[in-house]
Amino acid sequence: MDIFKISSQNLCRNKLTTLLNIILVAFGVGILTILFLAANQIGDKLEKNAKDIDLVVGAKGSPLQLIMSTIYHIDFPTGNIPAADAYRLMKNPMVKRAVPLALGDNYNGYRIVGTDTTFTGLYGVSLQKGSFWKKDLEVTIGSTVALTAKLHIGDSFYGAHGLTGSSDIHKKHAYVVKGILKPQGNITDNLILTNIGSVYKMHEAPELEHEPHSATEAKEINNKQITAILIQYRSPMSVIVFPRMVNQSTNMQAASPAMESARLFSLIGVGVDTLKWFAALIMGIAALSIFISLYNAMKERKYDLAVMRCLGASKFRLFLLVLLDGLLVTTIGTCLGLLIGHTALELIGAFQESSQARLSGMVFVPQELYLIATGFFTGALASVIPALKIYKVDIAETLTKAR
Amino acid sequence: MINITSLAHVYEQGRRIIFPDWEIADMEHWLLLGASGSGKSTLLNIISGLLKPSQGQVAIHGTNLYSLPARRMDQFRGKNIGIVFQRPHLIQSLNVLDNLELAALMAGIPVDSEHNLALLSDLGIADKAQDYPSQLSQGQLQRVSVARALVNKPDLLIADEPTSSLDDRNAAQVTEMLTTQARANGASLVIATHDQRVCKYITKTYLL
Repeated sequence: MDIFKISSQNLCRNKLTTLLNIILVAFGVGILTILFLAANQIGDKLEKNAKDIDLVVGAKGSPLQLIMSTIYHIDFPTGNIPAADAYRLMKNPMVKRAVPLALGDNYNGYRIVGTDTTFTGLYGVSLQKGSFWKKDLEVTIGSTVALTAKLHIGDSFYGAHGLTGSSDIHKKHAYVVKGILKPQGNITDNLILTNIGSVYKMHEAPELEHEPHSATEAKEINNKQITAILIQYRSPMSVIVFPRMVNQSTNMQAASPAMESARLFSLIGVGVDTLKWFAALIMGIAALSIFISLYNAMKERKYDLAVMRCLGASKFRLFLLVLLDGLLVTTIGTCLGLLIGHTALELIGAFQESSQARLSGMVFVPQELYLIATGFFTGALASVIPALKIYKVDIAETLTKAR
Repeated sequence: MINITSLAHVYEQGRRIIFPDWEIADMEHWLLLGASGSGKSTLLNIISGLLKPSQGQVAIHGTNLYSLPARRMDQFRGKNIGIVFQRPHLIQSLNVLDNLELAALMAGIPVDSEHNLALLSDLGIADKAQDYPSQLSQGQLQRVSVARALVNKPDLLIADEPTSSLDDRNAAQVTEMLTTQARANGASLVIATHDQRVCKYITKTYLL
């Protein structure tokens, strides 16, 4: 028998009202949890994947699309650029490191990326098993790919044309898995890496296939096209000069991941803000509902509280008792809301198609502590006025009057 | 044990009641008689520390009740005075035993479950310990409220019209209960009533 029991028993007496209040709080907190978690994870992914990349050069088109397709591997590429132009740019003195990318195929939705060894340096990837690709048609796969597509070292598979779907399979050449990467927590977990030559081989015109491979690889590349190059500057000064140089003097476009990510975030931001206000509104309604139900219940509870005063409870103690009613409701609601938020996000993640941007509910962010504090504050705010009524109850009069 | 001196109360409407001086010794039983509206409840509220009188003093065991700060007075009431109201006023959301424990909790006294169960069996409602107030009859409820008043082993047991809503049989039982329990617990007893059925149990009267 303690003050918690008195409070919880009292809440049980008005089951439906208590349930409504808990649900309101839970929904408000749940929506906020989803928002915080999703925004945090998306922001984290955007940042991690673009960490060391200062600039992306690709075909003209939407810069956002270029970034999305080459760094986050979500959208389709803007087109191709002549490999010769690209290699000329890669030798520019302002460039510290340049990684060529050739996209176009996928296996079970995982993108096959034709690149060279600079890629491994840029993303800092290391091997879990096996080795990096050396020859054409050899691949090294990300850890998630290995896990979900059940590929092991030595396995072979056919790539499909396009970035999603597997209707148009390149049956002529099969890739062979040579190595599996360590989990990096970034986009490389979801990629299949190979050399650019393999990608060219897949897309060679059929009649060329029978010709002898007389030309050297370098010469072959010179006649071909690639999708984009990822560039790391030698000095921060290049931020101003280099993109302008690319955009004005070549037929390609330069896009900055930082700028485009910020633009993307500001686009999503409107929606996030709207949802935030919506959740705040629900929390407000919850507070109002708790306030009204406690306030109304005071008419009835007046007798109980007067009896407790008679039995020796101080006014302050009863003030705490009423406050506890509100706090219990919001605390239960907040816990339930956090649970709903995490479960919902985990479910959303499970049903998400793009594996590159999968959300998880098994992650906790510091903002959730603010949510718990907010729940607590809401409960206190809603119950403080009804609780203050304690100080006005005339015990003698209340108890002498017939109920 | 209780001394009332030059006590008077002025109601909000301006009506003024002057209470004659009164001295209640330890273990004494008193009837507080008077017509409706003569101020019986007012006097009881003043004695139990619920209503501050306009003038005069109430001393219990030499402690001037209204010189205590509010919190101490609440505590003092919880520990030393057991009150039985005209209506039982039990907490509906708690069962009988919890209602008794509440009295100890609110007065800040450790719960003595054995004492509580003994009280219930003395009052013939031991089998109702786990029931909720809504499951009990009027007479049973009044017994529970008597038991609750006795939980903290008070020095003074005050009953305000405890029999007015009861039939003859229950009225006799409750009155008998109050007197025997007061005696058993070594408490003074004051019953305010205009009910003739109570008069034959108690000889000392204070008339308003």
